[in-house]
Amino acid sequence: MHETLLVQNIHSYYGKSHILFDVNFSVKKGETFCLMGRNGAGKTTTFKSIVMLVPPKEGKVIFNGKEINGLKPYHAARLGIGLVPEDRRIFGDLTVKDNLLLGTSSGRHGYWNLEQIYEYFPILLDYQDKPAGTMSGGEQQMLTIARTLMGNPEILLLDEPTEGLSPVMVKVLKDLVLKIKELGTTILLSEQNIKFCMAVADRVVIIDKGHIVYQADVASFRQDDDVKKKYLAV
Amino acid sequence: MTFEIFISQFFGGLSVAMLLFLVASGLTLIFGVAKVFNFAHGSFYMLGAYFSYQAISMFENFWIGAVAAALGAGLVGMLLEICFIRRIAGREEEGAFQILLTYAFILILDDAVKYIWGPAYKTISKPDSLAGSLDFGQVTIPTFNLFIIVLGLVIVVAAWYVLSRTKTGKIIQAASTDTQMVGMLGVNVSLVMSLVFGVATAMGGLAGAMAAPLRTVAPGSGVEVIIDSLIVVVIGGLGNFWGALFAALLIGEVNAFGILWMPQWASLLSFAVMIVVLIFKPKGLFSREKGRKKI
Repeated sequence: MHETLLVQNIHSYYGKSHILFDVNFSVKKGETFCLMGRNGAGKTTTFKSIVMLVPPKEGKVIFNGKEINGLKPYHAARLGIGLVPEDRRIFGDLTVKDNLLLGTSSGRHGYWNLEQIYEYFPILLDYQDKPAGTMSGGEQQMLTIARTLMGNPEILLLDEPTEGLSPVMVKVLKDLVLKIKELGTTILLSEQNIKFCMAVADRVVIIDKGHIVYQADVASFRQDDDVKKKYLAV
Repeated sequence: MTFEIFISQFFGGLSVAMLLFLVASGLTLIFGVAKVFNFAHGSFYMLGAYFSYQAISMFENFWIGAVAAALGAGLVGMLLEICFIRRIAGREEEGAFQILLTYAFILILDDAVKYIWGPAYKTISKPDSLAGSLDFGQVTIPTFNLFIIVLGLVIVVAAWYVLSRTKTGKIIQAASTDTQMVGMLGVNVSLVMSLVFGVATAMGGLAGAMAAPLRTVAPGSGVEVIIDSLIVVVIGGLGNFWGALFAALLIGEVNAFGILWMPQWASLLSFAVMIVVLIFKPKGLFSREKGRKKI
């Protein structure tokens, strides 16, 4: 398995605040990799640095063997990095269908198209002509993921997808992530929900105060209660 | 007021409204999509009038003048966006910088036209084909005014089509809610911004060329227009394209009838309408109140 994404010693800043310190990890092709950490640990900033929304000041982001530092976020999307942001950011005034079609702006083709999306997310078919803003939070979360899938990303970055969802929706989401994984898409997930992470991930890293403090496969992580207690406040 | 006067004023108001819409819709589009308050938007109207004057004096054809006005103003608009406005986007001081920068554009463009064409007023004649008037029974309406109304309607329909039926339009609508997210989906947002600037300033330029035979071509004319356009944009709701259309029609007609009703105070009427609207709808008539999100 070769590495789809390499994050090499990145340091990222918001203005003058140093947020990420020497963050280092790699995601192999086809695996589901989970970035865990408390609120404010640097998960979202790591994602934003990967898509060049917050370009790292030091270090490299390498995607499929090519350094992407200095590119714009839209380049990253066109190369196949699809980010599903934590705050969903659907276009509430546009219809569900229009939201999905905007997802094709990356110009990438593959498994996912409107037909597949509607087959997998029947709720989106029911709502297709309604403004996306009228859907519930859980439905909007599905739409955000579906919208990014429409761009047929090679790696899907899911930023805290279970946040604010009901247990029923979390179960639906788990099945969806497993399905996307089964289709061969590489997934980088950020989570605080340990159960969810263990159910879908192959490997886990923990980020704390902007530093990577732990890295293991999911089987070891499952046993490692001390780590969970120390960094994830369980 | 006789029926004839009513109809004649109504059409007069409509043609003014359409010119106002061409400028105000561009102003509101730029604000809605790029979150830039282009204080200099009226200057593109003025530039359009001068470009049209220049092209007409070279080619003696009104229509070449109109095309030159739209293209020229659009190009200058895109250039200013690429060279200057883009540089201040996303900075903390952006709001204040926008006002300073676009105000500087007003001064620079005003002086540039004085330098190139001189301070004296210029005049442009209506094209021969539209110089006459049409009689509808007792009512006579200048053909040129009717043409402006039709042109305005064509642009309204074209804008509706582009905004609501094409992918570009959907991208523009999406960018007005969340530019960053649109970029993350693979859209080259900078290009979209430049195009929006180009189209918006081209519409301003076209309005300048169309208004030139009715008014005069003069340095400083942009400032008058920006005030009226601001009123329109504020009434319609900042960033709301259809609000700008409605408000332009309202202000055009209020001015047309106001001048009959209270000639000395007519110029204050648009402000009065704006104040009344703001008392009841502080964010403009077409502002969208955000609904609560369900979980």
